[in-house]
Amino acid sequence: MADIERHTIAVLVDNEPGILARVVGLFSGRGYNIESLTVAEVDRRNSLSRVTIVTSGTPMIIEQIKAQLSRLVPVHRVHDLTDEGPFVEREMALIKVVGKGEVRIESLRLADIFRARVVDSTTESFVFEMTGSGEKLNAFIALMEPLGLVEVSRTGTAAISRGTASF
Amino acid sequence: MPTEPLSGADIVIKALVDQGVDVVFGYPGGAVLPIYDSLFKQNALRHILVRQEGGAVHAAEGYARSTGRVGVVLVTSGPGATNAVTGLTDALMDSVPIVCLTGQVPTHLIGNDAFQEADTTGITRPCTKHNYLVKDVRELARVLHEAFYVAKSGRPGPVVVDLPKDVLFAPGPYCGPEEVRHKSYRPQLRPDPARIGEAVEMIAEAKRPLFYGGGGLINSGPEACRCFAELVRLTDAPCTLTLMGLGAFPAADPHFLGMVGMHGTYEANLAMHDCDLMVAVGSRFDDRVTGRLNAFSPGSKKIHIDIDPSSINKNVRVDLPIIGDVGEALSAMLAAGPRSLRCSDTTARAEWWRMIEIWRARDCLRYDKSRRDLIKPQYAIERLYALTREHDVYITTEVGQHQMWAAQFFKFEEPNRWMTSGGLGTMGYGLPAAVGVQIAHPEALVIDIAGEASVLMNIQEMSTIAQYRLPVKVFIINNQYMGMVRQWQELLHGGRYSESYTEALPDFVKLADAFGAVGRRVEDPARLDDAIHEMLAIDRAVILDVAVDPTENCFPMIPSGAAHHEMLLGPEDEAKKPVSEEGMVLV
Repeated sequence: MADIERHTIAVLVDNEPGILARVVGLFSGRGYNIESLTVAEVDRRNSLSRVTIVTSGTPMIIEQIKAQLSRLVPVHRVHDLTDEGPFVEREMALIKVVGKGEVRIESLRLADIFRARVVDSTTESFVFEMTGSGEKLNAFIALMEPLGLVEVSRTGTAAISRGTASF
Repeated sequence: MPTEPLSGADIVIKALVDQGVDVVFGYPGGAVLPIYDSLFKQNALRHILVRQEGGAVHAAEGYARSTGRVGVVLVTSGPGATNAVTGLTDALMDSVPIVCLTGQVPTHLIGNDAFQEADTTGITRPCTKHNYLVKDVRELARVLHEAFYVAKSGRPGPVVVDLPKDVLFAPGPYCGPEEVRHKSYRPQLRPDPARIGEAVEMIAEAKRPLFYGGGGLINSGPEACRCFAELVRLTDAPCTLTLMGLGAFPAADPHFLGMVGMHGTYEANLAMHDCDLMVAVGSRFDDRVTGRLNAFSPGSKKIHIDIDPSSINKNVRVDLPIIGDVGEALSAMLAAGPRSLRCSDTTARAEWWRMIEIWRARDCLRYDKSRRDLIKPQYAIERLYALTREHDVYITTEVGQHQMWAAQFFKFEEPNRWMTSGGLGTMGYGLPAAVGVQIAHPEALVIDIAGEASVLMNIQEMSTIAQYRLPVKVFIINNQYMGMVRQWQELLHGGRYSESYTEALPDFVKLADAFGAVGRRVEDPARLDDAIHEMLAIDRAVILDVAVDPTENCFPMIPSGAAHHEMLLGPEDEAKKPVSEEGMVLV
């Protein structure tokens, strides 16, 4: 069995009804993994959306995933950011922690170290907003677990290439 | 140029006519009544009324595959659309260009579980190349033209356009096909010239080359097939074809080794196993072709020419992928000239042909001819082939043993003559497909080589055949079993023939009569020729029920999980080479 690789793929698609179902259906129908998927309109004038998918598979599977995505009629471009050079990957999470006293203060202290922002607060809770790589988010969430973590909402990964290159 | 607004339904008709459509296969219903009303008021389009929507899609497939044009289907919402799903999947698997118009409940009722509502675009998303739901009549003309463009360009496939009833009544603007340009879909047709050059070199240097052509050649068109034949002959290389590719290269040419794959010939499969260069042209390394992947053609370099980049490296890693229209790629290779293409090592090539002749001499398609009291199914098809040589003949099939025997024993010299369900393996394909072929070629001899089980799956289309007085011939290889199921049960399940025997078959002679056709039955091998002659002489639809040896199995065979060189040549091999446990779980 060949090595499993993790790839971040950006797909520019027509923002039309059903496009997300097409992409997701392709992954489920052909048995590919989705670790994360985000989508939003990025070009209102031309009605284009950008889908960022983090997936994993053997090199042959990754090649198939890209070929199958390119084959969808409303797909304009498919870019394998992992293959195409350095890129920036970010994810945002909202993390709710409930607690009193020392644990509450500890969560705030850690949030400060991780540069998480407080976006909502009561006397018994915080909602932290945090942006970073998936790993950083995982690390912070793990630390919050014993400090009263009750809910996490994550956006999934958005990514873009570094430097002057488009994509 | 702005035009007088037309109703949505009139826009549909006008768009079809402007796309050059002359026939639509369909079945009316509530949601498409406006289109049927518009159809009624015009003469440019002919509508063929099938008896079930599944039949409409297969008929359109037969029409498309025998003409190279887009087949058009018109069905109603809900059950009309869901009945079409098998045909759409079939067309997707075999890359057949189809535009299927489905009715839909009015836009304001969508999502309300209205009468005859189904989420057609949702259901058909994975079984179409693309689909549309038209919610605004102003989009209608553009979407229809786009649907034709998508269906026929690149790797062809089925496209569904879902049409809510209120959109069909609403007035809207019309635009012609020339005004529509798809935003993003531009399949690559022209191959990379550098890769063509590389391919030419590899072919000239190969000691043991093999051309392996598929349905992509037929889809690319007769010119692509001609280029393929020229290239094969020029390079003096052997060639094989897939089930879908039969006819792309003349079967009578000695360069042709017969069909490849599970029930392909011994020589084609061994050549595939032993070649040092494989040139795959419009073929997709399907599991029926490759056998066990880790033993597939271990010593060869592989060139793969295909219009669909997702076919490249899907099952088999290739050394030189060439993306583009196979016709363009082949003519670019031919343009390199005979001197660059001809083999540089003629001794090695002669040795390759010597090996192939040894394999050929095994005569892998031979069968037991000693029984005088029973018609062997192979013999029935051999005779059908022999006695139809003087005719302009088109063959459709159902799915199963008879299909494989037809592929082995009926020889095709040109493309578009052979219509079969390859990828999906849809029983019930052949009879409606024959309707579509006969509509496209009214003067031709159209024969559905059928099994008695398959043909019953869409037997209602005999009524369509009657309505349009189509002289379709249904040649039933009747062994009373679902033969291929029975064969696998014999090979894999200890001969426990679970539910593969049909206890109560109809009397096909009376059945033909009931549908206004002529029915005949033949059981005696000595009477077979007369029966075929009689069938051919009758200028109407005929069902010829040929009672054949019920125990005959289809050989040669690469059992599932086996490799090309592990072929079973006949029943005597069956016991010697039991199927592996891994093979058991494969389909």
